[in-house]
Amino acid sequence: MKRRRKTEEFRLHLLVCAGTGCVANHAFDIKEELQKEIARKKLSDEIGVVTTGCQGFCERGPIVIVQPDGIFYQRMKKKDIPHLVEEHLLKGRPVKELMYIPSPREAPVPKMMDIEFFKHQRLIILRNRGRLDPENIDEYIGFNGYQALEIALTRMTPERIIKEVKASGLRGRGGAGFPTGMKWDLCRREPGRIKYIICNGDEGDPGAFMDRSVLEADPHSVIEGMTIGARAISVHKGFVYVRSEYPLAVKRLKIALSQAEEYGLLGKDILGTNFDFDIEVVQGAGAFVCGEETALIASIEGKVGRPRQRPPYPSEKGLWGKPTNINNVETWANVPMIISRGAKWFSSIGTKTSKGTKIFSLVGKINNTGLVEVPMGITMREIIYDIGGGIPQGKEFKAVQTGGPSGGCIPKNMLDLPIDYESLTQAGSMMGSGGMIVMDEDTCMVDVARYFLNFTQEESCGKCPPCRMGTKHMVYTLDRKTKGKGREGDIQFLESIAENVKLSSLCGLGQTAPHPVLTTLRYFRDEYEAHIKEKRCPALVCKDLISYVIDDKLCGGCTVCAKNCPSDAISGEPKKIHTIDQQKCTKCGICITVCPPKFNAVKKVSPAVK
Amino acid sequence: MKKIDRIIKHHGYRKERIIQILNDIQSIYNYLPKDVLEYAGQRLGMPLSGIYSIATFYSAFSLKPRGEHLVTVCMGTACHVRGAPSVLSRLEDRLRIETGGTTEDNQFTLKTVNCLGACALAPIVVVDDEYHGQTTVNKVDRLLKEYEKKKKD
Repeated sequence: MKRRRKTEEFRLHLLVCAGTGCVANHAFDIKEELQKEIARKKLSDEIGVVTTGCQGFCERGPIVIVQPDGIFYQRMKKKDIPHLVEEHLLKGRPVKELMYIPSPREAPVPKMMDIEFFKHQRLIILRNRGRLDPENIDEYIGFNGYQALEIALTRMTPERIIKEVKASGLRGRGGAGFPTGMKWDLCRREPGRIKYIICNGDEGDPGAFMDRSVLEADPHSVIEGMTIGARAISVHKGFVYVRSEYPLAVKRLKIALSQAEEYGLLGKDILGTNFDFDIEVVQGAGAFVCGEETALIASIEGKVGRPRQRPPYPSEKGLWGKPTNINNVETWANVPMIISRGAKWFSSIGTKTSKGTKIFSLVGKINNTGLVEVPMGITMREIIYDIGGGIPQGKEFKAVQTGGPSGGCIPKNMLDLPIDYESLTQAGSMMGSGGMIVMDEDTCMVDVARYFLNFTQEESCGKCPPCRMGTKHMVYTLDRKTKGKGREGDIQFLESIAENVKLSSLCGLGQTAPHPVLTTLRYFRDEYEAHIKEKRCPALVCKDLISYVIDDKLCGGCTVCAKNCPSDAISGEPKKIHTIDQQKCTKCGICITVCPPKFNAVKKVSPAVK
Repeated sequence: MKKIDRIIKHHGYRKERIIQILNDIQSIYNYLPKDVLEYAGQRLGMPLSGIYSIATFYSAFSLKPRGEHLVTVCMGTACHVRGAPSVLSRLEDRLRIETGGTTEDNQFTLKTVNCLGACALAPIVVVDDEYHGQTTVNKVDRLLKEYEKKKKD
C-alpha cells in the first residue's frame, strides 16, 4: 500500500474539505491550485495539502482549514489562492477577507472552534470530521481507530459487548428509536448458525444527509461498528445498502473495506482471534420504500423492494429467511465510541430516555446550512438560532419540519421543546433520520403538506390499498385546495382518510405518511381555511391563487421586466408605467427577480386578480 | 455482449445481484436496451418478465434511450422550499419537454430526483455528473447555453 508522508514532517497542513457539497463547489480545483501555488513558492517540503471528509458547514464551501492553528477559510475561489499562500503560508499573516463573517456588522472569526455553528456542537459520531483523509486507513488508526474493535475482540465476550451497548441506552438512529442492544440480543438468541447484519444506508428522507456524510467522511467508523456488532451477534457476513444517489459514499466505502481487509481488520481471522467477518456493498436503484427494513432485505435478495407483514421481524426471519440485524449508518458509527469510552460515559449525555448525540441536517430557510451533531435534549431554539444563526433576510420563522415525509411540522410556540424521541412524537412529528427543514413566512403549509403527500404517494410501492389509494386521495384533496377549488368539508375529509391510512397501512411508509397533513392541520388550520374559503394563499406560494402585479406608484419604467418576460405578458414604454397581462402571465416569477431594488415594483398578491 | 459477460461474471453469476448488474449495464448504455436484458436474462437463468419488474420498479432505471446530457433536478424538501418547482418548470419550458422526456435532437433528458443530500446547495440541478447549486430561473438559461455551446465546440 502506498504510504503517505508522515504528518509530523510538515510545518503546516491545509485540510481541504471534500464532502459532496464542497466537491460540487469545485474543492478539487482548489486543492490542485493550492498545491501548484505552494510548489511555486517552494514550500512543498514544509506544507502538506490533504483532503478530508465533510466538515458539515456545507453552506460555506469550499472550506480550507490551516492546522495546527485551526484557521478557517471559506467560500474559497481559485483567484484567492496566490494571496492566501503569500500572506498566510509564507508571511504568517492570516487573511481576514477569506474568513467567516457572521454578519456585516461583525468582525471576521479566524478560528473554526470560535464560530457559533461549530461551538455548540458535541462530536461523537462525527468525531473525525474534517480531520482525516477518509481514503487512508492509517489516519483513522492514528486517531485511535480500530482500538474499540481490539477491545471487543480480545477483552470482551459477546454477552459483555451486548450488555455494554444495552447499558449505554443507544437507540436506533434511523427514526423509530428501538434500543440497539436489545435488538442485537434478540438476534443473538435466535437459533441457527447462519445470520446476517445489515447497515441501512438508504437514506431516503429528503433533507437528511448525515448518513451520506458519515460514509463519505469516516467509513471506517461504520465498518468498525459493524464488526463489533457481528462479533456480539456471532455473524460472519454483513451488507451495507447504500442508495444510488450517493456515488462518492460507495466509492469511499469500497476503498475503506479493501484497506481494512488488507490490515487484517476484516475478513478471515480478524486480529488473530479466529473470528471471520466480511462486508459486501449493495447499491440501491432509487426507491424510497427500500429504507423500510423488510423492503431493503427484499432488495438485497435481488427482488422488487416491497415491504412485507411484520412479525416475523427480521431478527427472526430476515435476509434469505435467516435471523438478521439491521441498524442504520449513524447507529453503527456510535458503537466504537461506546466500547472504547464505556456505556457510563455515553449514557451521561442526553435525556432520560434518549442517550447520546444526534446528527441533524439543518436546511431550508436558515442562515447556517449544514450538519450539526448535538446532545439529545437540546431545544429547537438553540439549534435554529444559536447554531443555525436564525432565518435569512430578517424573515419570520414559521415552522420546522422534522422526520422527513414521515414527520411533521412543529410551529413557533414549540421552539423551546427539548428534542428527543418522545417529545417529537408527542408533538405529532418524529425523530426520523434527523432532517430539519426550517420554513419561514414565505412557506405555504398547505403546499408543504401537498409536497410530502405527493412524495409518499409516488413512492408508495402499491402493495397495500390503504397506502396506495389513501395517499392518492389525500393528494387530490390537497391539490384542489392549492388550485383554488377547495370545498367545504375538505378538512374533515382529509382528517378521516389520514386516520384510516395511519391505522391500516402495512408498513411504516403508509403508517406515517399522514403526519405532515395531520400536523399542519393541527398547527396551521387557518392557512387551510384561507385556501378553501377565501381562495387565498397567505404565504403567496400557490400559483393558482396568486397574481404578479406592478405597483404603479413604484414602477420606474426601466423596461427590464418586459425584456426578460418569457411570455411577453408585460407591456409598457420606457419611462412609463408597465403592466402585466394576467391572461398571458405564466407566473414564472422572473419579473420579481429582475426588477431593480431601487424600484421594487413587482408584487405578488393573493387572491389572484381576475 | 462481451461487456455484459464481464459484468455478470464480476457479480459471480448471482441472480440476487440483478440490481447491481442492471446498474452496471445502464452505466454502459445510458439505458437498458431490450436485447441486452434478454441476453443477461439467459445468462442468469432469469425470465425477461422478472428483469422487467425490477427495471420498472426502481426509478434509477430507464428502458428508453436517454439524451446526450442528463439533467436532474433535485426535488428534496430543502430544494422545494427554496424554489425547485419554478426551476423545473423553467427547464421544461426551455427544453420543450416534460419531466422524464428527451428533447427531439436527443441532446437533453430531464428527470427529477427526490433528494441528493446536498441540501446546502439548494436548489440543485445536476447536469451529467456536475452539480450546480443555488440555481435560479435565470441561471437555468445560462446553464443550458453553456451545454449547447459545448456541443458546437
